Parts: sequence; C-alpha cells; structure tokens
Amino acid sequence: MSILVGADTKLVVSGLTGREGSFHGLNNRRYGTDLVAGVTPGKGGGDVEGVPIFDTVHDAVAETGANTSMVFVPPRFAADSILEAADAGVELVVCITEGIPAHDMLRVYTDLRRGPTRLIGPNCPGVLSPGQANVGIIPAHFFSQGGVGLVSRSGTLTYQIGNELAGRGFGNSTIVGIGGDPIVGSSFIDVIALFEHDPDTKLIVMCGEIGGDEEERTADYIAEHISKPVVAYIAGFTAPPGKTMGHAGAIVSGSSGTAQAKAEALEAQGVRVGRTPTGVAEVAAELSGAAA
Amino acid sequence: MDLLEYQGKQLFRDHGVPTSEGRPAQTADEAVEAAEELGYPVVVKAQVLIGGRGKAGGIKVAGDREEARDHAEAIIGMDIRGFTVHELYVEKASQIAEEYYAAILLDRGAKRPMVMLSRMGGMDVEEIAERDPTAIARVHIDPLVGFQDFHGRRLAFEAGIAEDVIRPTGAVLNRLYETFVAEDAMLIEVNPLLVTEARDVVALDAKVTVDDNALYRHPNIAALRNPGASDEQEQMARERGLTYVKLDGNIGILGNGAGLVMSTLDVVAQAGGRPANFLDAGGGSRAEAIVDAVEVILSDARVDAVLFNIFGGITRCDEVANGLVTAFGQIDVTAPFVVRLDGTNDEEGRRILAEAGLPNVHVEKTMLGAAARVVELTGAGAADGGVGAPSVSGAEPTR
Repeated sequence: MSILVGADTKLVVSGLTGREGSFHGLNNRRYGTDLVAGVTPGKGGGDVEGVPIFDTVHDAVAETGANTSMVFVPPRFAADSILEAADAGVELVVCITEGIPAHDMLRVYTDLRRGPTRLIGPNCPGVLSPGQANVGIIPAHFFSQGGVGLVSRSGTLTYQIGNELAGRGFGNSTIVGIGGDPIVGSSFIDVIALFEHDPDTKLIVMCGEIGGDEEERTADYIAEHISKPVVAYIAGFTAPPGKTMGHAGAIVSGSSGTAQAKAEALEAQGVRVGRTPTGVAEVAAELSGAAA
Repeated sequence: MDLLEYQGKQLFRDHGVPTSEGRPAQTADEAVEAAEELGYPVVVKAQVLIGGRGKAGGIKVAGDREEARDHAEAIIGMDIRGFTVHELYVEKASQIAEEYYAAILLDRGAKRPMVMLSRMGGMDVEEIAERDPTAIARVHIDPLVGFQDFHGRRLAFEAGIAEDVIRPTGAVLNRLYETFVAEDAMLIEVNPLLVTEARDVVALDAKVTVDDNALYRHPNIAALRNPGASDEQEQMARERGLTYVKLDGNIGILGNGAGLVMSTLDVVAQAGGRPANFLDAGGGSRAEAIVDAVEVILSDARVDAVLFNIFGGITRCDEVANGLVTAFGQIDVTAPFVVRLDGTNDEEGRRILAEAGLPNVHVEKTMLGAAARVVELTGAGAADGGVGAPSVSGAEPTR
C-alpha cells in the first residue's frame, strides 16, 4: 500500500510533447508508472515513444481509462489544464508547474474542493510511492520502499531529508511534495490524514517552511487525530520578514508565518521538531526504536 | 511586487475607486509645478515602500509655492527607515471628517480573499487590533462569486461606520475588490480611507502588492520601476533569472531549491555563521547559471567566504562543478569556497573539482560538515563584515 499513487495509477500527462514533460513523463514510465496518455491540443493521434497523444483530457480518459493527471504546461496555461483534468473526471491531478498566478489558484482551489478530484501542487515535485509509481520529478533512485510517509512543501529539501532517513535505514511508503505556493490543492493535514489510514506508513515526517499558518493548523490536527509518530522540520529560521524566499509562499508577513512560531506550535502539541535535516533522521530513529 | 502610493492610486482610478487629484514628481521643480497646477493647499508626500512616512516627516502640507518648494527639497533624498526618497507625490489636500481603514488580502488559511474594514483608520492595523480587537470587521469572499453588496453592508454595520456613508463605503470596497482581482493583487490596503467634510469616501493612501507570477498579464505594472526598491545584487540577480535575497552577514550562500537554501541558511546560523544572502540557483542548475550566481554573490563586498550546498536531484553535481570551474576561470576569486556536492553524479562532480585544483576550494560531503567548515574559514564569531577571512594557504580540494 501507499497513498495517492501506486500500482493502480493510470497516468495522463498534460504537456507530454514538451521538453520537460516528455523527459519526466518517460522517466516516470521507466520507473514503472503506467503512463497511458499524453494531451497536447492539436497533436491528437500522434505519440511520444509509443504513448498516445490526445487533443483533450476527456478523450484521453475515455480512450485509456486514465485516473491520474500530471500537469506539466507553462504557468499561464496550467490552471486551465488542472480544471480540464478535473472536468474530465480524473481522481488525482499532480501539478508540477511553478509560477501560476495566485488568483488563478484561488479559483481552481475553490472549484476543485466542490468536486471529487484531489489536487497536489502546484509548484511541487510530485508524488512517489517507491517500488510502485512515480508521478513527477522526484529522483526515485534515492528512495526505497519502507514505512516513512514523507510530506513536504519543498523539493530538494525533501531529497536531502529523504537521504538522511535512508542513511539510517528508513524507506518510504510515499513521498508527497505539496508545493511551495501560497495556495496549493492539498495541505499537510490532507496528506497526513491519508498516511494515518495507510497501513504501510509507520511514521510520518513533515517538512514545513516559513509563510502562512498551515504548520500551526497541522499541529492541532495531529494532536487530535493522528496516532502515528510524527517528526517535523521547519526551514527558514533566518529568513527576514517581508522577503519571499524562493517559493512564492515562503514569506514572513509582519510577525506571522515565522519558523519559530511553527516549531513552537508543533512542539506544544507534542510533535518532535528536528533542528537540522540530519536531526530529523536522528529523531525518527529514536521514535521508531521506541515504537518497535 | 510592491507599488508606490501613486502607482497604486493609478490602478484605483482605473477601476473607479475615488482618490484625490495628484501628480508624481522627481524634483523640487516638478513638485512646485504640480502644486501650481493642483492649487493650494497641497500635500507633499514621500514615495517609499515603507509605512510610517508621516511620523518620519515625509508628508507635509504646503499652503503656497514657497512652502511646496521647501517641503519638496526637504523630503527628496530623506531617509525613511532605511529607504531613500527618490520620488514625491503632490496631492490636493483634503478636508478630513473621518478616517477609516480598509484592506483586502489573500487569506492563505481560508484560501479566499478577505476584506477588512475598521472605523479606526490612520493607525496601523496591528495597533487597531491591540486597542480594540472588535473594531476590525472581516468577511471572506468566494472567488467564484465575487464581492456582493451584502458583503459591503455586513462590513459597514459590523465596523460601526457613520450611517450616511454606508452605501458609498460599500461601493468603494466593491471597486477595491474589482481592483484586487483585475490587477492580480496579493494585498490592497487603504489607510486612511477618508470621509471628507463633503461626506465623500476617498482612498487617501494606497498600499498595493501585485503577484509577481501574474506580471506577464500586466505589462503596464511590470514596466514600473521603483528606484531604491531593491539593492544592487538583487537587481543583478533578477536580470540573470536567479532568485536572490540579501541578508546581513558575510557568508555567501548558493544552493539548489528554495527549501534547501533556507535550510542551509539555518544550519550556517546554527554553526555560528551569518549568511550574506539567499540564492537559489534552481532545479537543474546549469553551468551558466552557476557562473552567474558566483558573479552575483561575489559582487557583494561583504562576502568573506562562500558555501555551495547542492543536493542533486534533477540538478547534476558534475554540471555544478563544471560551472564552478568556469566561474573561477572568468572571475578573480579570492574568497574561500566550501562546496558540498551530494546526490546525482556527486562523485563525478567532486572528481572534476579535485582535478581542477581550484585555489581555496574545500569540498565537503555533508551539509553540516560544510556549514561548520565555512564558518571556521570566516573565523567563527568574528566581528562584522569587512573583516577579512583568515587566509588559508595552499588549500587543496579535499574529500
């Protein structure tokens, strides 16, 4: 088992004919993901290394039974692609694109929350269930199957922490990048709730950063609803207020959204917070020893 | 992107939000000319991207030509909380009856826009909240439905504003919301929202932040330039497509991926060092991007040492190493570098650096080891930037 993506995933990629889309889409296929279709308007009937291309997501779903969409189109077209995939009835949309206007995402988020489609991202590295399926750009060779569910707002920091965990013998059930934008489709809470019900996940690692109050809300949620051990990491203790630190969502506004406040909120609810990526792996080892 | 007051007010006017008549000016002569056109009394206002202008003496009323010139000359070049005044806005003075506060922001928790109104304007919103938390009325707007008249009524009644201006205030909020959506704003703050003696509701100030990711569809806003809004390195980085934020230390930092760079800053600070910058060379950092990044980091004279922290995913460590070798060939580098390469093609990257034999480049395998090393090279706990790094002679790249 795992969450979000796995052996049942049938993937359609919006933007498969593009440079990035084909590189990563085919990479996902090599990993074992069932890549069934690509969508590029006007290129329907063609193929990318044997993967059929359709003009619309609706056609792709009707012809191939795709249930998961990965969006790999430029920012000005991405909101449209997400809405198209949801309208075509896929269960999960993973949007990798960085740079989508926040107002577009407000509308997309509000619309998708009224229907059954779940969105991961945008501005995220995707979802990897080691040994089963990879949807996105996470370098899969760092990760093996195991019991740690990892959820993060960032990409490379996730690889760093995943690698530290691997160094201590941990594998992963699923790694989820929820994205670094101010408005993302799924929150820490959404993903952690899935990990709680996933029998393969024994321990949860969440990797947050400055900006917003998602981590604080998650702290309360964990205290009330999560029985599995959770280890957290927060990046951005040294970030000055009012500056966007790379991710559009990583900004301390006045006195809100600081790393300090997030770490304190988590610790106040009994969640252990590692001070460095290495420290996260140490705490995880300690907790799993205690749980064993 | 933050807009100056007069730039924000132009957007307001485009969407029918009432403002006073005014003209921007860059010199005292231009300010006097503007004042003469508008008619006295006028208000001469410093245009800087920071609050507290009034208290700092950056807003003055002028009753005649001489006063307009005196104020303009005094305010241009003034330093307001670290921001130099390069521009003025000369505005017709208003007869103030009441001062309210209005704002629209993107509430990340609720994932909706939130509109706020208070009858206690003129002070900042934290101060209002402190004095009387019930004095700020708030409503969330469904982005698929938009601002409705009832939102305006709810805000007005809840905020307890004067009854005779409930309708016009609602109308102004409606137009501000239209501005917020149409211009892709992340924040609009009007403080004060003025009721004049003639009972007109007017936006007397404008603080507008526009979403950088949406500038492609607002070429008029993207073309605005705010001198003094960013420093030399930030400007240089932007031109090269790098994400750079200046900090106040002496250790230059480069990494790939925003989260990893933030984490690197934290780890360096924990090791006792002070980062000079945040620089995300991005996923898939190519050799040219590395050369650009080294140039930007080293153009900051405070930098005594540089830390590269790369965890290769899509980014290949050999590509980063090649970029660094190229950069050392093009730039005269005197500061020591600590380079941590891990992940995709890390061994190849380290081999390239070892073979190149770059002077004063120290290779580390772990993030914590690299942070400790760069702090050691700058002399842990050393005084402010400007103090030279201890020279490390004959240092060879080590594993």
